[in-house]
Amino acid sequence: MGLTLATERAEAVRLRQRFIDAGAQNVECAILQSAETLLDVYGEDIRARTYVTQDPSRGEVMLRPDFTVPVVQMHMESGAAPSRYTYCGEVFRRQEDHPERASEYFQVGYELFDENDAAQADAEVFALFADTLKSYDLRAVTGDIGILTAAVRALRVSQPRREALMRHIWRPRRFRALLDRYSGRAAVPPSRSALLAAPDPMAHAGPRIGLRSDAEIAERIAALRAEAAEGPLCLSQVQLIDTLLAVRETCSFALEHLHDIAVDLPGMRPAVERFERRCEALAARGVDVSRLEFETSYGRSSMEYYDGFVFGFVPARRPDLPPIATGGRYDALTGRLGAGRSARAVGGVIRPGLLLQLETTA
Amino acid sequence: MTIKLGVPSKGRLMEKTFDWFGARGITLSRTGNDREYSGAVGGIAGVDLVLLSAGEIPRELAAGRIHLGVTGTDLIREKLVQWDQKVEPLAELGFGQADLIVAVPASWVDVNTLDDLDAAAAAFRARHGFRMRIATKYHRLMRDYLRIGGVADYQLVDSQGATEGTVKNLTAEAVADITSTGETLRANHLKVLEEDPVLRSQATLFRSRTAPMDAADRDTLRDLTEILRV
Repeated sequence: MGLTLATERAEAVRLRQRFIDAGAQNVECAILQSAETLLDVYGEDIRARTYVTQDPSRGEVMLRPDFTVPVVQMHMESGAAPSRYTYCGEVFRRQEDHPERASEYFQVGYELFDENDAAQADAEVFALFADTLKSYDLRAVTGDIGILTAAVRALRVSQPRREALMRHIWRPRRFRALLDRYSGRAAVPPSRSALLAAPDPMAHAGPRIGLRSDAEIAERIAALRAEAAEGPLCLSQVQLIDTLLAVRETCSFALEHLHDIAVDLPGMRPAVERFERRCEALAARGVDVSRLEFETSYGRSSMEYYDGFVFGFVPARRPDLPPIATGGRYDALTGRLGAGRSARAVGGVIRPGLLLQLETTA
Repeated sequence: MTIKLGVPSKGRLMEKTFDWFGARGITLSRTGNDREYSGAVGGIAGVDLVLLSAGEIPRELAAGRIHLGVTGTDLIREKLVQWDQKVEPLAELGFGQADLIVAVPASWVDVNTLDDLDAAAAAFRARHGFRMRIATKYHRLMRDYLRIGGVADYQLVDSQGATEGTVKNLTAEAVADITSTGETLRANHLKVLEEDPVLRSQATLFRSRTAPMDAADRDTLRDLTEILRV
């Protein structure tokens, strides 16, 4: 505490200059953002973490919880690749369960839109952050959501099951519940068995109310029947996912480990090769990948729109503080916000307010 | 100073509260005419009765404007952030029992669990182009519950009353509300999901952790809790 917004702003401006020097163009974003867009990206949960207010003509608006969404929108409307953007400004986060945490703080970001070599782009962003933060005692952690999604794509399951798993990649509990149900580790609820056994499930459905039609109900029953007929997901497949999610070591060892897993799940080989190329690109930029940490499940529950490389810098001796910097690749988000167009993008943010609470080691 | 006891100002909840205290030797009564919200406390000195809407009692307890208050657990949990740091439950009073539940149309024969609701929500969004609407006034409790349950593709729409009618009126696909017998739900062709309730609520006596007290107040509060055996 004791930090004023003015001190925080000065630090933010200093960091932004670092990103401008690295070739980024400075951009400004509106504080009031469309609630609808953010709700569509993050889901209803975001209401618990943002300030929502009412605009007389635009309806619900939110005080920006981050810059990524508006920067992507701006790039998709007018930007040409490759583009490098930087920004600094306040973001606003409602702290329902942690009133002691800051609800208004600065973020400084660097976002790179590049259609060419994803490994090079990932390495550029990570190396820039590592260099910018090198005088602080921080521990870097990396991950790759793309490895888990590649594994799910390569599983021997039906398309509906695959889609359900993909939908819940970012919700570990529900993902686990689905695996348990598909593999028969969780019992089928009696009501489900009764439904599947009923010759005419709608016979006693009673009066119909609401928008969801009989056709939609029939479609889901058909899907449930097809699923029941499919039989259980092979336990060895579930174990592969378990082994994959447990990978937590340095990049060099993780790479070996993932190559081993890919022997049993050849479909995920391209994702492992992408990881390998990223490691090479990082090494070429001076990052010591034999010491850099890698966790397959890193960022799964907290970084919802990232779908590839993810990273975070956490204070080594201040476990009470949240990560100082976080980032990752969000190709899919560009497609969702791009109205038919998509791009390849990777970026990250630093919280200057937290940085000021740390002492430099230099 | 005095100890302020907040009690619901009308209806069955007020009467039952008066009965509960009466059975333990503390008589609560309304004074003045029927429309005047003032009351008296017998059986102990130094305690003032404050008649309030049940929905305002959590806020008054949290702000420390009343020392004790009777209200539902549901309202405490919905309205107070970090409720357990602001109030302490002293006794469950054994009435006003109600569960916060999620209900869907009874004709949704394919939806019985949270798992089903999530799958139906995904298909609904793909078909209709918007997230499945759940009508409720318990926004915080429901958001937490659905997040922990891993449900996606839903939205909460605000309904402060007659929530069970929203599905028929096409302003929601499902509801989340307090129910004691489920009769209103059934009458509106809704069924409760086969899950544990989001919350089991009942009328509860709470103590404010923030209300200021002098030495005499502390003695009064100790005497009162002894008489009430809480």
